[in-house]
Amino acid sequence: MQEIKTFEVKNKLGIHARVAAKLVAVSNRFKSRILFEFEGQEVNGKSLLGILTLACSRGGFITVKVEGSDAIEALNDLASLFADKFGED
Amino acid sequence: MKNIVLKGIGVSPGVVTGKAYLYDRRDAQISFYKLGKVSLVTKEIRRFRDALRASEAQLREVKSQLSEVAGLEPLYIMDVHIMLLKDRSFIRNVVQRIQEMSVNAEWAVSMTIDKYREMFEKMEDEYLRDRFNDVRYVGQMILRNLAGRRQETISPLGERVIVIASDLSPADTAQMMIDKVLGFATDIGSRTSHTAIVARSIAIPAVVGLEKVTRLVRTNDDIIIDGTAGLVIVNPEPEILHRYEEKKRLYQAAREVSLQYAQFPAVTKDRYKIQIGSNIEFIEELPSAIAHGAEGIGLYRTEFIYINREELPTEEDHFANYRRVIGVDPLQWATIRTFDLGGDKFFSDPKLAREMNPQMGLRAIRFCLQEVSLFKVQLRAILRASAFGKTRILFPMISGIEEIRAAKRILSEVKDDLRREGIAVGEDIEIGAMIEVPSAVVMAEVLAREVDFFSIGTNDLIQYVLAIDRINDRVNYLYEPLHPAVMKMIKQVVDVGHRAGIHVAMCGEMAGDPLYVMILLALELDELSMNPLAIPKVKEIIRATTLKDSKKLLREVMKMSSATEIRALVEKTMREKFPAVFSSNGS
Repeated sequence: MQEIKTFEVKNKLGIHARVAAKLVAVSNRFKSRILFEFEGQEVNGKSLLGILTLACSRGGFITVKVEGSDAIEALNDLASLFADKFGED
Repeated sequence: MKNIVLKGIGVSPGVVTGKAYLYDRRDAQISFYKLGKVSLVTKEIRRFRDALRASEAQLREVKSQLSEVAGLEPLYIMDVHIMLLKDRSFIRNVVQRIQEMSVNAEWAVSMTIDKYREMFEKMEDEYLRDRFNDVRYVGQMILRNLAGRRQETISPLGERVIVIASDLSPADTAQMMIDKVLGFATDIGSRTSHTAIVARSIAIPAVVGLEKVTRLVRTNDDIIIDGTAGLVIVNPEPEILHRYEEKKRLYQAAREVSLQYAQFPAVTKDRYKIQIGSNIEFIEELPSAIAHGAEGIGLYRTEFIYINREELPTEEDHFANYRRVIGVDPLQWATIRTFDLGGDKFFSDPKLAREMNPQMGLRAIRFCLQEVSLFKVQLRAILRASAFGKTRILFPMISGIEEIRAAKRILSEVKDDLRREGIAVGEDIEIGAMIEVPSAVVMAEVLAREVDFFSIGTNDLIQYVLAIDRINDRVNYLYEPLHPAVMKMIKQVVDVGHRAGIHVAMCGEMAGDPLYVMILLALELDELSMNPLAIPKVKEIIRATTLKDSKKLLREVMKMSSATEIRALVEKTMREKFPAVFSSNGS
């Protein structure tokens, strides 16, 4: 099963270390393969370095692709993290 | 080396003084080599994985130690670092290099870090770009573990220190901060580096981007960090140290007062207004002066233009500083005090350097009048800058009329030179005499005819009047601003000044002490100039009192004949009127 959705990064500091760490922590909970795409660059959603090197600041749009048996749950959890601005301003 | 001043970026406000601790986390001597045999590749990869595991174990250990200290913001950084150690793309990158290029693990790790450095350097967002520091930190940790060394940590024993380092990763700062660190000063970094974030979150002063602090500082040096102005002073002289001790105390007190309050005018309830100036020593302190509610710069000490360098400052060096102090919105005036140190600061001549009693030796205006060409360099720069805003020139240590006349004569020569050269000079420059030598108090009437304003320097005046070296611990208990002799002298200077129609300011520490506010109001000083941090509290008291009550207190004080009686009365009165201000700090 494959799920794709695009999210806007709304927190002030963008995808910095703490945010990336939260994304990785969520991604790691699922068996599905998770990819993050930003401005043509695609990285593994379970790699902190990968996500950091996207250099996505506030206002950027990240497309999340999830593939696997628990894809829907994974995408839901990631979606709420984005919606919640990663718990930041 | 004495009195070295370094300017960096103040990233966490506050002032701290203490002993330096040089945190030297120099990289282990890394050796790069090619693996001779293919069979060594597997062994090398295993070595790398062992180093990863060792690094992770160390981070977890630090983290568990830290979790015992509740409420620590930077803990998440440890998680980030642990995640980096386990990052698949990072590990794959290193392993591939070992396999494909037959290099040792150190080499592969270094190349991988460099690859990430390149990627991060391209980022536009400064905050995100700085996250490379985390990658570098983790990389260095792996390299250390490959070399079989544990990292240095600050000893759990011993006194609190100021940490000096080339760069501090958050994990470094996190390990240190357990109540042992007073502040940080680092060679590199920016407002958004983790050192800054961590320092702010635990509220200790930090200055980064100092470039060479690790080269100039040795462990156990005395050091001052002003995280508000972005300054570090290494091995300060006692006088400067004293001033910063005061600043430190004020900073703590000022934090309790709302800054919004600082912007109100200093007017008493019966509508008596007094001007509030700020004393500064470095241009970097200007934002703080404005934020804390200064209406003007009441004393710009120019000494650091001279002593923080190997060669004499040029006219342009001076000008660059004065231009930034004069005509700064919203400040209404800038009082620049000319050179106020001994000649030993200029020359390495041992005869000059070893005066028996330098406080009373060849210094300040005395020195300037002997070294006219040096004096003129400073005056030219001040005059040029005066074209840009309201300027007051203050001559220090005036003891009689000849000195002020000589200084004025030199000033007008310089002014004529500038006019001839067609260089603009301010129209309404005011000339003032610092009143700090007792003879100047006695002769105030004569001096008042020569100048546009007086500025009473209480620090020196009190020392000279009471014959007390206030840096000498054995006698400084006798240093007493409320001594009746001091009170009488200040009153005399103000009265004489006002009869002559000139402005009378006070720029010593006394002017910024909340305890003396009512007394100083009653003495009718026109301006109080103080440390920026002292302003909010002084304004708070001025706005909550009346000139009438202040006058009543002063009348009582002037009838008394001993400092003990005066102090008892002033303290009692202030405590009764402002219980909130005077109960907590016990003064």
